[in-house]
Amino acid sequence: MMIPVCRLADLPRGEAFRLETDPPVAVFHTEEGELYAVDDTCTHQDASLADGWLEGCEVECPLHASKFDLRTGAVDAPPARRPVRTHEVVVEDGMVHVRLSAAAPGPPSCAAGRLAGGAG
Amino acid sequence: MRAVLVVGASLAGLSAARALRAQGYDGRLVVVGDEPHRPYDRPPLSKEFLAGRADEAALVLEADGEDLGAEWLLGARAVTLDPGTRGVGLADGRAVTADGVVIATGAAARTLPGAAGPSGVHTLRTLDDARALRADLARGGRLVVIGGGFIGAEVASTAYALGLDVTVVEAAPTPLSGPLGETMGGVVSGLHADHGVRLLCGTGVRGTEADGGGRVVAVVLADGRRLPADTVVVGIGARPCTDWLAGSGIELGDGVLCGADGRTGLPGVVAVGDCAAWYDPAAGAHHRVEHWTGALERPATAVAALLSGGAGGQRAPRPPYFWSDQYGVRIQFAGRAAGADTVTVEEGVPEERDVLAVYRRGGVPVAVLGMNRPRSFTRWRKQLAAAAS
Repeated sequence: MMIPVCRLADLPRGEAFRLETDPPVAVFHTEEGELYAVDDTCTHQDASLADGWLEGCEVECPLHASKFDLRTGAVDAPPARRPVRTHEVVVEDGMVHVRLSAAAPGPPSCAAGRLAGGAG
Repeated sequence: MRAVLVVGASLAGLSAARALRAQGYDGRLVVVGDEPHRPYDRPPLSKEFLAGRADEAALVLEADGEDLGAEWLLGARAVTLDPGTRGVGLADGRAVTADGVVIATGAAARTLPGAAGPSGVHTLRTLDDARALRADLARGGRLVVIGGGFIGAEVASTAYALGLDVTVVEAAPTPLSGPLGETMGGVVSGLHADHGVRLLCGTGVRGTEADGGGRVVAVVLADGRRLPADTVVVGIGARPCTDWLAGSGIELGDGVLCGADGRTGLPGVVAVGDCAAWYDPAAGAHHRVEHWTGALERPATAVAALLSGGAGGQRAPRPPYFWSDQYGVRIQFAGRAAGADTVTVEEGVPEERDVLAVYRRGGVPVAVLGMNRPRSFTRWRKQLAAAAS
């Protein structure tokens, strides 16, 4: 599904737009001029990645310190342990659109039960 | 370097182990942990975990399937460091010798002076602390929190949401005036009164009273007032766990004294996390940074210095950053409030606990505080980091 986001002219480089879909999507315009879209909510806790620290192709959660690669959704460091979904961005006639991923949002964590001690 | 020992298995220790592998170290890696648990996250212990909204699986810090190729010695306390051999002795009699040592032994909660308190009196630092406190909070009733700092305030907020009757006792005239300054310390600690949590400031604590069964029944203040209590939390800060380094030749002050890259005076030994006092060139002094992000980020710098013998030329750490969630308000702070000569509100209204405030010294921004202002906060934080680098 293609969803209109905003005019490209209204999304300066270094800025992000939060799309109020369910779940919300963040669209980033990097300093280098590239456009990326990922699920907006950090996979660790309820924080909007659109409010985060954008640097290169990475956004750092505004609350904690996990960084997500906007190209792949991969996460680099705790506290988040799961990637975010990525979405395709299409620009047509100066309008930014997002094509939502068909993947299921928010895969469940499978880390249960590993906290208990013992040498590993 | 063929063997590196990381002493400490919390966030700083794990981050050091990760940084070693990320920076190409492929030798023997041993991680010693005092607690029996794999590395876990502490911030939720005073919030989601204490409230019962997060379980222990949610605290795991290692990624699914992550394997650092490390030997984990858990439930093992380091008790000595031999400066000649870089051998670390453990309480169970074992010893580990390494070419490089990363000290990441953290800090321990301060307790009230005197003998061990009665049951029902808690500190909150570890998972086991949080389990015990959670069980007591489930009894309901009256909670007295000694200390109006961030841990105390978060516990008060969590207990309030659980329906307890909460009183916070703070020795200083204004809570949080150390990290935030008087004005904003007052704004943030105003959250207590907003929610009907009593805040008693400017009074010390004489001790606690117990019943015949050894269970706490009251906190007695320095002025003689008596606060009935079913549960008590002592949140009066933490002291660095450095006793085991006595006699090692490593210089100790308030923590392990290190250079601006984490190196101690002993070759092949660096220190990271809450136990480490890195030299801060901007302040011209050593500071212990007891923040989560410091424990996450600084080990990469220290490990680079360790592997290169100090020839690193590392990027300076970002300005200190911490966050706190209280009464549904997201509080974020970056930089250093000490030394600021002005604090101005740039956005929002302090009385509504919706505010972005900037601290300046001689007109230059040195710190920023946000309450429920994550986007503006991030912009200011980036600006502070750019100015500092």
